[in-house]
Amino acid sequence: MSQSATAAAPGRSPQAPVLWKSQEMADRRKARYAADRRLQMYGLAGIIFALGFLAILLTTLAFTGYKAFVQTTASVEINLAAQDIDRTDIREANWRSIFRDAVRQEFPDLSRAEEREFFKIFTSSAHYLVRDRVLDNPALLDGTTTFHIPLADPLDQFAKGEVNPDLPEDQRRVSNAQLELYEVLDARGMISQPFNWGLFFNADSRFPELAGLAGAISGSFWALLVCFLISFPVGIAAAIYLEEFAPKNRWTDLIEININNLAAVPSVVFGMLGLAVFLGWFGLPRSAPFVGGLVLSLMTLPTLIIVTRASLKSVPMAIREAALGVGASKHEVIFHHVLPLAMPTVMTGTIIGLAQALGETAPLLLIGMNAFITSPPDGIFEASTALPTQIYIWADSPERGFVARTSAAILVLLGFLALMNAIAIFLRQRFERRW
Amino acid sequence: MTGFLLIFLAAAAVIAALVGIRRARRVRDSAAVKTHSRPIYHGLNAAIWTGVPALIFLILWALFKGPIIDMLVLASHPGAEALSESEADLLLSEIRQVAAGTIFKEPTPEVRDAAVHLQFLESLAVWALVAVAAALAAIGAYVGFRVVKTRFRARHSVERSITWFMLFSSLVAILTTAGIVGSLLYEALAFFAKVPIQEFLFGLRWEPQIAIRADQVAGQGAFGMLPVLFGTFVISMLAMAVAIPVGVFSAIYLTEYAGARFRAVVKPLLEILAGIPTIVYGFFAVLTVAPLIRDLGQSIGINASPNSALAAGGVMGVMLIPFISSLSDDAFAAVPRAIREGSFALGATKGETIRKVLLPAALPGIVGGILLALSRAIGETMIVVMAAGLIAKITANPFESVTTVTVQIVTLLIGDSEFDNPKTLAAFALGLVLFIITLGLNLIALRTVRKYREQY
Repeated sequence: MSQSATAAAPGRSPQAPVLWKSQEMADRRKARYAADRRLQMYGLAGIIFALGFLAILLTTLAFTGYKAFVQTTASVEINLAAQDIDRTDIREANWRSIFRDAVRQEFPDLSRAEEREFFKIFTSSAHYLVRDRVLDNPALLDGTTTFHIPLADPLDQFAKGEVNPDLPEDQRRVSNAQLELYEVLDARGMISQPFNWGLFFNADSRFPELAGLAGAISGSFWALLVCFLISFPVGIAAAIYLEEFAPKNRWTDLIEININNLAAVPSVVFGMLGLAVFLGWFGLPRSAPFVGGLVLSLMTLPTLIIVTRASLKSVPMAIREAALGVGASKHEVIFHHVLPLAMPTVMTGTIIGLAQALGETAPLLLIGMNAFITSPPDGIFEASTALPTQIYIWADSPERGFVARTSAAILVLLGFLALMNAIAIFLRQRFERRW
Repeated sequence: MTGFLLIFLAAAAVIAALVGIRRARRVRDSAAVKTHSRPIYHGLNAAIWTGVPALIFLILWALFKGPIIDMLVLASHPGAEALSESEADLLLSEIRQVAAGTIFKEPTPEVRDAAVHLQFLESLAVWALVAVAAALAAIGAYVGFRVVKTRFRARHSVERSITWFMLFSSLVAILTTAGIVGSLLYEALAFFAKVPIQEFLFGLRWEPQIAIRADQVAGQGAFGMLPVLFGTFVISMLAMAVAIPVGVFSAIYLTEYAGARFRAVVKPLLEILAGIPTIVYGFFAVLTVAPLIRDLGQSIGINASPNSALAAGGVMGVMLIPFISSLSDDAFAAVPRAIREGSFALGATKGETIRKVLLPAALPGIVGGILLALSRAIGETMIVVMAAGLIAKITANPFESVTTVTVQIVTLLIGDSEFDNPKTLAAFALGLVLFIITLGLNLIALRTVRKYREQY
């Protein structure tokens, strides 16, 4: 390198001695080291760009999402004993008027129009919340109970500082009348912002203040369970066969190329497979976690097979030969000795594969797991959403409250992913053997 | 119901195993000669005989019960043979609703009869399933117990079953590929029967929404895929423009300049970028990057679309950084030390060694990584579904909105889809194109990487 540079230097025949101490050479050295430093800077800049993006991504999500982990509620006292409720038919009592009478006591002198605005402060399903709590615990009918009623989304956003009260009234979704009433409620100490358990225990809803992830979490859980139950045994069996039993011929080469290619097929294509084959030809139910798990397991399989094969390969030959030497059959060698030794790596790979499957969205969209479903699924054949598809639904919803909910749902999803990866890393460090 | 049957089968298999082990022990203790297999294998053999045939039946039943019942019900409805596929589907769903008791309008007597027939078949199916599964389990258990003898090679029998299972498992990958190719081809051919293939391949207009209604004839060139493909190309190139320099430079820094501790911290952090689900990137692109680019465009006097190609492509590029960086990393690490040291010995600086020696030596590996990343970019779905546009346009302006193959697939297939609509079928034709492109890229990439690895 430096030789060719010297040779190309102007006004110098190849035979002449190089004057290393000359100014020309010093400048040249300087330029060469500057080029070296520049390359180093580019590299560092690349890393800073990537990590900076990651940091901005996570902080943005945290900043938009953290507010959805609390929910503005009003404590409303309702004297149910004073109401004339048929105890044999609690469900059919006029809960709407019971609730409205109770909150009306706060402001008895409102006009009709003002009252309408006032009721809109509370979530429109408030009376169902009261009813369901009474249904769960009929003893409440005998006394006065304080109910924590979530405020409607516009007020919730206002309480969280997301609505600018200085805007003209027609440019915000909270009316001046509502703001005044809200301030009075707040002054009376009725407003609080407890942790939003509803985010985890409510199912989806059109109203942001009531929407939660219960359906999505259980849908994802069932889908991952199906995915695990299929891909884990099938993946291990396939890997063992290809690594230990299969003859080396054109067929096994074909299978191998095939598996490597499947690992790189776009996920949306797997979704089309699920739609055309599982839903179209086999007539399996739409939106079901079972079908979702089936598609996800087909996607996870190649990765799992590749990981398992690598870990089987890393078990030393000596172990196989020792077992064969004392008279074990080939199956016994593998299932009693090789596989247990490879298992920690396989488990790590499985968990990482499942974590990838948990974040997959496109195939689940195509098999209809983006439906609007207001109750968690009872089983793997019930229609349901999954965490990533729920994020997709919420991200598409126009209400202001869903922006924070979407970020919060993403944080929950990332939390699950971090947990799974932490388990995988723990398993790797605790149990993996280096040969 | 299926869940209960599965639990029942599992329980039956466990019981069969326990009984088999007991019998084998008795045989072993009472016989004068040595038994071939240990009792556990006799037990496992009995369990396999009890559980597996019934399980296979259960799976086949779950897959084929629906279509068979539908067929029988349709056959019982007079005049159903003359119906087209979608009319038959409508009729079936009407019958199903009547059978389920949710009636919106007064059904015709034929439909009512068919509904009764459907209910009868459904209940028959449940009983048939239970009866056949139980019978299979019982027969299997009987066979499993009968063969418990001193000379019976139960271990061989069990190992044979396991080998069969392993063989079947390794075929699942082939079956998956066959399923993908088969379903895509089948639906795509149905599409080409409605829209000529040259229209699809060379048409310059993509307006699938026009042909929603049956009485509307699909406009000439409404299903031309070139604009969609072009949009995919634009977004992928934008993504690669971000991912290649950042990925390769950070790989250079990590392998050649960084200390061990810096590398140990930064490399896993970079990998996090690959572990974040794409929907998160998509949401981030819509929430933060797109408005940013819009403002940026306005400040330099360009009217940027709210879902500009730049937002989707740029964010996708960031997602691809760890792919390129870790594959380049591997490629650099695979260059032998001797080559590096030879260059140092000639007086080259580190930077010169990297540029003139390492980079050419590692180039095939890096190119392989880039091709894999490109195939990912083309197949990437959620980022573009959320951040890119829906209207197909041939433009190379990154501030305009373009659409991609994957966006069109998802928008065409989301919601209720019927398989005789050119809209739905067009998505499968696009899927076929996508599959062929990514498959080609993957094959080339894997070959490049492998060829390179053999060099040293």
